[in-house]
Amino acid sequence: MTTIGIPKEIHPGEKRVAATPQTILKLKKLGFDVVVESHAGHGINCIDSEYREAGATVIEDTRELWAASDLIMKVRPPEHNSELGVHEAELLKEGAWLIGFVWPAQNREVLDLLAKRKATVFGMDCVPRISRAQKMDTLSAMANIAGYRAIVEAANNFPRFFTGQITAAGRIDPAKVLVIGAGVAGLSAIGAAKGLGAIVRAFDPRSATKDQVASMGAEFLELDIKEEGEGKGGYAKQMSDDFLKAEMALFAAQAMQVDIIVTTALIPGKPAPKLITQGMVESMKPGSVIVDLAAEQGGNCVLTKPGEITTHKGVTIVGYTDLPSRMASMSSQLYGATIVALLGDLTKGEDIHVDLEDEVVRGAIVLHRGKMMWPPPAPPTPPAPPEPGVPTKSTASVAIKAAPAHGHGEGEGVSPVTMIFVGLVLLGLGLVVPESKLSHFTVFMLAIFVGFQVVWNVKPALHTPLMSVTNAISGIILVGGMLQLSGTTINATTILGAVAVLLASINIAGGFLVTNRMLAMFRK
Amino acid sequence: MKESLITVAYIAASALFILSLGGLSRQETARRGNIYGIVGMLIALVATVFAIKDGNYVMLAGAVIPGLAIGAVLAARVQMTSMPQLVAMLHSFVGLAAVLVGFGTYLGTTKIAADEVTVHLVETFIGVCIGAVTFTGSVIAYAKLQGTISGKPLMIPGRHVINLAMLIATVVLGVLFVMAPETAGLNYLIAATVITFILGLHFVMAIGGADMPVVVSMLNSYSGWAAAAAGFMLSNDLLIVTGALVGSSGAILSYIMCKGMNRSFISVMLGGFGTEGGTVAASSGEPQGEVRSVEAPGASDLLLNAKKIIIVPGYGLAVAQAQHSLAEVCKILKERGVEVKFAIHPVAGRLPGHMNVLLAEANIPYDIVFEMDEINDEFPGTDVAWVIGANDIVNPSALDDPGSPIAGMPVLHVWESRDVIVMKRSMASGYAGVDNPLFYKENTLMLFGDAKKVVDEILTAMRG
Repeated sequence: MTTIGIPKEIHPGEKRVAATPQTILKLKKLGFDVVVESHAGHGINCIDSEYREAGATVIEDTRELWAASDLIMKVRPPEHNSELGVHEAELLKEGAWLIGFVWPAQNREVLDLLAKRKATVFGMDCVPRISRAQKMDTLSAMANIAGYRAIVEAANNFPRFFTGQITAAGRIDPAKVLVIGAGVAGLSAIGAAKGLGAIVRAFDPRSATKDQVASMGAEFLELDIKEEGEGKGGYAKQMSDDFLKAEMALFAAQAMQVDIIVTTALIPGKPAPKLITQGMVESMKPGSVIVDLAAEQGGNCVLTKPGEITTHKGVTIVGYTDLPSRMASMSSQLYGATIVALLGDLTKGEDIHVDLEDEVVRGAIVLHRGKMMWPPPAPPTPPAPPEPGVPTKSTASVAIKAAPAHGHGEGEGVSPVTMIFVGLVLLGLGLVVPESKLSHFTVFMLAIFVGFQVVWNVKPALHTPLMSVTNAISGIILVGGMLQLSGTTINATTILGAVAVLLASINIAGGFLVTNRMLAMFRK
Repeated sequence: MKESLITVAYIAASALFILSLGGLSRQETARRGNIYGIVGMLIALVATVFAIKDGNYVMLAGAVIPGLAIGAVLAARVQMTSMPQLVAMLHSFVGLAAVLVGFGTYLGTTKIAADEVTVHLVETFIGVCIGAVTFTGSVIAYAKLQGTISGKPLMIPGRHVINLAMLIATVVLGVLFVMAPETAGLNYLIAATVITFILGLHFVMAIGGADMPVVVSMLNSYSGWAAAAAGFMLSNDLLIVTGALVGSSGAILSYIMCKGMNRSFISVMLGGFGTEGGTVAASSGEPQGEVRSVEAPGASDLLLNAKKIIIVPGYGLAVAQAQHSLAEVCKILKERGVEVKFAIHPVAGRLPGHMNVLLAEANIPYDIVFEMDEINDEFPGTDVAWVIGANDIVNPSALDDPGSPIAGMPVLHVWESRDVIVMKRSMASGYAGVDNPLFYKENTLMLFGDAKKVVDEILTAMRG
C-alpha cells in the first residue's frame, strides 16, 4: 500500500500545509496510508491529534517521515533544510513520488537533485488549465484567495470606507477600485471590492473577459484600439506597442481618479509587465493603495518591493508575495482538495500509476522516474473568439426572434406569382364591384395589416388572454344584429336579429370578463 | 343622432380595439388593453343604439341584458383548466350570430341600390357560409376539448374528396343563390348553410386532439372573418375593421402554433395526425429498454436535493388540476434554496398559452416561467427536469429519428438534465400516437399516477 507523507513546510513565513484533516479523510478513502509530520498543521491551527483522528500517523522526526513515504505532498518546492543541514530533495526516498508546486522553469537545480533520486514529480502549477482539470486547478484556487486577500490588504491600508454613505455627519463617497487583469484573481478582487461597496472598474486585454467582468458587477474599461489579447492556456499574450501605449494612457488617466489599484497581470515564463509607472503612483491621491499581485514576478508597479509594504509619497504599495499563505487555513483546504482530485485522476480506482496518454497527467508530470518530462507538448490553442460584428449565439437568436416583428412580407418576401394573382383579383373586383363597396375593401385590407402588425409581437404567455379578448371583440357582430331590430313589427328579420344579439352579448360579457380574470392572475 | 357622429364613434371604437390588441402583447399593458376593448365595445354599442332607425328597444334590451348576464356567469364560473372549452364555445356563438345576421339581412327590407345587389348577395352568402363553418367547427372543438367526444381524429375514407365535393356544392349553390330574384334564393341559402354546417363538423372531427391549439386559434380567425363579412353585407366599417383585426390575429396565432409543431398549416388542416403512428413506430423500431420507476417519496428526495429544477408542464397538469399543489411544492423548494424554473412548450396544453394561464392562476410568478427557446439551453446544467403530464413535447425522437411522425418538431431537451422525472398516468403514447424513447433513457425515472394525486403525495413527503 502506498504511503503518503505530509511534511511540515519549512519556507520562512509559509503557513500552508498540503493536507488538512478533511482532505486526509479523502486520501484514506482513495486507499492511501497517510503520515504527517508533527506540527505540520501549526500554521492552520490544526493540532496533531486532529490529524490522528482523521486516520493519519503522526511522525516526530523529519527524516523518518520522508523515509517512510512513497509519495510526498508538499506546497512549496523542496528547498534546503538549514536545521537538518540537508536539501529536502535528498531526503526523498529513491524512486518516490512528489506532488506540489514545482515551478520547473525557476527550479532547475532542485529538479536535478530530484532526478538523481529517480523521483516522479508532479507540479500542481503545471496542471493544464482545461475544463476537465478544473477541480485540480490549484493556481485558480490560490488566485481566488489572493484576489480576495488583495482587497482585504487594500482595505486594511486604506484610511477610508469602501462603501459610500450619506450620514448625518456628511456625505461619504465610495472608494474607486481599478483591477488590472481579469483572471481568476482579478475577478475575485472585483467581487470582494464590490462586496465592500466600492465602485469597481477593470481592464483586461482579452475581450472575452468583458462579460465576466460585467457579471461581477464591475465596469469594463476598453481601449479604442482593437487587438485580441487571448494567448495560450487562458493567459493574456504580450501585446503590440500601439496597444501598450494606449493601455498606459488609460492607466495614467485612471490613476488620477481611483483610490485603489489591484494589478494581476502576468505573462507566463516572463517577468511581470510594468504597467504602473512612478509618475502614475505620484498622480494618485494621498492615502491611495496599490496591491501588486504580480510582486513575486517582479511586480506590475515599478515601485513594488516584493514581500513588503512600502509608502511612496502617501501612496501605499503592498507587495506581499504570500497572500494565499496569509489565509493558510482556507488555502490549505483548497490546495489539499485539488491534490486529492489529481490523485483521483492518477489512480482511477486502481493502484497509483502514470498514464502519459492522459492530457492532465501529461501536463502535470515534471519528472518521470528521474527523466525530465517538462515542458509537455504544446496544448491545443483555444478556439478563436468570434470576430466583433459576427453575431454571437445570443444575438443571433434575438435576431431570429425580431425578424417576424418586421412583418413577414419583409422577411420572406412575397413571391411574384402571389403578387400577380393578388393584382388580378383586385382588377376583377374593380371591374365587378361598384365604387361605393370598394371603400369598404380599403378599410378591410388596412385593418388586416394593422391586425398583423399589432399581434406579431404578442408574448406566447398571453396567447390565451389575447384569444379571449379577440373573441369578445368579435362579439361586435352584435352591431349587425342590432341594426336589424328596427320597426315595431315582429318578423323573421327581427327575431333572427334578436337571437344574434343575444348570442353576441354572451360573447362580449364572457370574453372580456374572463380575460380580466386571467390577467388579474398574472403577477411577477 | 347625426350620421357623422355615429361614424366618429365607430372610428373611436376601432381605434380602441387596435389599442386593445396592442396592449395584450405584453403582460405590463395587458390589463389596460382589456379595458380599452371594453370601452370600445361600449362606445360601439351606444352609438349603434342611436343608429337603429325606429328601433325596437324593448326587444333589444330583452336580448342584450340576458346575454350579458349569461356571459358574465359563464366567465365567473369557468375553471381555468376549462378555458379552451369556453373559448371554443364562444367562437361558436359568433359563428351562429353571423349566420343569423346573414339570414336576417337577406329577409330584411333594406333597399339596396340596383348595381350593388349582386355584390351584396355574394357578401351575404360568404358571411353565412363562414359563420356556419365556424359554428359547427367550434361546437365539435368544444366537445372534443370537453371530452364529450373522443379526441381521436375521425377518418372517413375519402374524406378529402367529400370535403371537396361539399365545397363545390356550396359554390354552385352560391351561384344559384345570387342569380335568384328577390328572396327566391332562400332555399339555396338554407341548403348551403346545411352543407357548410356539415363541412365544419366533419373537418374538425378529422383533426386530432394534439392539434387543438391550431384549430381553436383558426376558428378564432374564422369568427373574425365572419364578422367582417357581416360588415360588408351591412356596409358597416366598424364590423369590417373589427372582423379583420380578429381574423388576422387568429391567423397569426395559428401560424405560431404550427411553427411550434414544425408543421405546415395545410397538413394540420387536412387532419388525421397521429393515425400513421403504428406503422412508423414499427419501421423505426420499438424503443427498447427498461423503464425505471420511482414513488412520490423518492421523487421528493430527488427534488429537495437538487440545486436547479426545470418543471415542464403539459396537458396532464391541466386535466388533473394539479397546478395549486404544484405551486405549493415550488414554494417549499424555493424556501429550501432550490432554483425552480418552468419551461413552456408553445403547444403545451390545448390552447395557445394555456399553461401560462394555469400557472398564473396558481400564483406562480411569471418571471420564472420561460418559453422553450429561452430555456432549452439550460437543461445541461439542471439537476432535475420534472415533466408533468407532457409527452410529445419532450420526445427526443423528434430530433434523432427522421422517420418519426413528429420529426423536426422543436422539443424541450429535458433528457440533457442530470435526472428526469416523468409523471404520467400510464405508459400510453401521447396524442401523436408515438412511442417516447425518453421513458427508456438511463436518467429517466417514471412516476405513474394522476398528476394531482402524485403532486399531493410529493407535497406530503416534503412536509413530513
